[in-house]
Amino acid sequence: MIKKKSNDNGPWVLYHANLRTKTLVIIGLSALVIISIFISGYFVRDIPTSFISANQMPSLEHLFGTDWMGRDMFQRTIAGLGLSLMVGFIASAVSTCISILLGLFSSFNKFADETVAGIIDLFGSIPHILLIILVSIMFGGGVFGVVMGVGLTHWTPLARVLRSEVKEIRTKEYISLAENLGRTKVWIAIKHILPLIVSQIIVGVILMFPHAIMHEAAITFLGFGLPPHEPAIGVILSESMNYLSSGYWWLAFYPGLSLLIVVLLFDLIGENVEKLLNPETAQE
Amino acid sequence: MNKQKIAKYFGFKLVRFIILMIAVAIFSFVLLDLSPIDPVSAYLKGAAVSEAQRQILEQYFGTNVPLPTKIYHWLLDLVQGNLGTSLIYLAPVMDVIIEKFSASVVLMAISWLLSGIIGFALGVVAGKNKGSWIDKAVKVYCYAIQSAPSFWVGMLILMVFSVYLGWFPIGFGVPIGVRSTDATFMEWATRLVLPTLTLSLVGLAPIAMYTRNELIQVLSSDYVLFAKSRGEKGWDLVKNHGIRNILLPAITLQFLSFSELFGGAVLVEQVFSYPGIGQTAVAAGLQNDVPLFLGIVLISAIFVFVGNLLADISYYFIDPRIKENEFND
Repeated sequence: MIKKKSNDNGPWVLYHANLRTKTLVIIGLSALVIISIFISGYFVRDIPTSFISANQMPSLEHLFGTDWMGRDMFQRTIAGLGLSLMVGFIASAVSTCISILLGLFSSFNKFADETVAGIIDLFGSIPHILLIILVSIMFGGGVFGVVMGVGLTHWTPLARVLRSEVKEIRTKEYISLAENLGRTKVWIAIKHILPLIVSQIIVGVILMFPHAIMHEAAITFLGFGLPPHEPAIGVILSESMNYLSSGYWWLAFYPGLSLLIVVLLFDLIGENVEKLLNPETAQE
Repeated sequence: MNKQKIAKYFGFKLVRFIILMIAVAIFSFVLLDLSPIDPVSAYLKGAAVSEAQRQILEQYFGTNVPLPTKIYHWLLDLVQGNLGTSLIYLAPVMDVIIEKFSASVVLMAISWLLSGIIGFALGVVAGKNKGSWIDKAVKVYCYAIQSAPSFWVGMLILMVFSVYLGWFPIGFGVPIGVRSTDATFMEWATRLVLPTLTLSLVGLAPIAMYTRNELIQVLSSDYVLFAKSRGEKGWDLVKNHGIRNILLPAITLQFLSFSELFGGAVLVEQVFSYPGIGQTAVAAGLQNDVPLFLGIVLISAIFVFVGNLLADISYYFIDPRIKENEFND
């Protein structure tokens, strides 16, 4: 990394860098974009309305055009993405906690393992979108309902990975040694198993993110949760449905495209982090 | 010997199915019971009633009993095939679901087949020409479509084909003013094209990516190298060594995608206002129609289970290698 600066004589500074540096730069840049969207989304409040400039095509002044109330769609999109990212953060945190708990719980004994497998099966047997609707109705809808609905249903893939990982770790000798030394199951789970699955958890969380954001957008698009005046991406898109037949294509096109880009950035980060954490590819 | 094995297999699956269904039924019922939705209020829709009348209604619906009793009643009714009455449609839930689900099944079946066939073909072409522009195009397409919200893809297609080109109607299963039973086949078909197209375009990405990666792996294996050295090349090589190896796992993967297919149908039906099970589920959820929503959850769970079962069957009963192993036991 330090060496890189001494030989930046090419047209591309990064051209001479090794793969690890490039990967780190990709991760850094993507993270920067996402964080800046998140922060600026927090500051965009009270988008001014002006009916003179309603339904304008995208121009330099209004990058994404304006909607029927003359609000700038670029600002609305950024605010919506910020909101989506926040829901994604909270939901991923909740999901991660659940999957770690279940993964560690499955290490206790065979019965616990079967129980966890059963719960995963139960959650996997209902189509994901219906399950989110079900949970968000249970919490009474609204923002809280959406957050919980997305958060309580995204842990299954990670929990499945952790369970199989834990199953393998449990057969190791030091685990049975610790058991014979009279350590409690909880102690073993925290001291011996948790440190070994940390890398899986990190990758799992980052890959969970885009799913959470997409499902949040889908669920708000269907009309559950967020009220119409909140500028969530799903709300913007479902609102633009009313103007499709009028030919205002930019109302739907750009917000969806920005969501697509954010999701792609997360995928990019996830893949590159995995590349770094995986010992097989980290040294290339 | 073999028949016994099959009987045992299906017996095991049946037991699993029953347990899973009971679990799903209880689980979804408890979740909805914990929710702040009051079935009596949802039924009244804000109409003013006296306290006594309200109690009669509660008595009638059976909402004033403890939770275990409610679950017991619900399961008892379920076994008899009685899913209750929908509050929106004012018809038995079973009838509503059968009507809507049959509309959705047409949509899902066509797009399932199309996405499987096109996705597999694209994957084979991309994997065979690894590194070429076709491969890159397929890869970019798959990455983009997997990251795009499927309802947004539907909206774009709607904009292009219905609003700009005007080739297809904007929505609804049948034209306005025509009863669904009176609609001609063509009227149904033209309204099916765009939702099917959307679902297929979205659904083909995972299968294409999977096929591509597997084919590349197979083509770099030793036995393909040996086949090449024997003089096999081009399409024959791919057909004899590649497709035979990857077709089965690809079919299995396609069966396993029933859950995503259903989720995609929910969103796509909403965009194209196609009167299927997905739109009904959303309406039931938004208007607090608890019986209908529970029924749809159960039906969708059965749907997903059938998909997983077919995937399992395709794995155990079609794959010649596994069959051989079982006979050798």
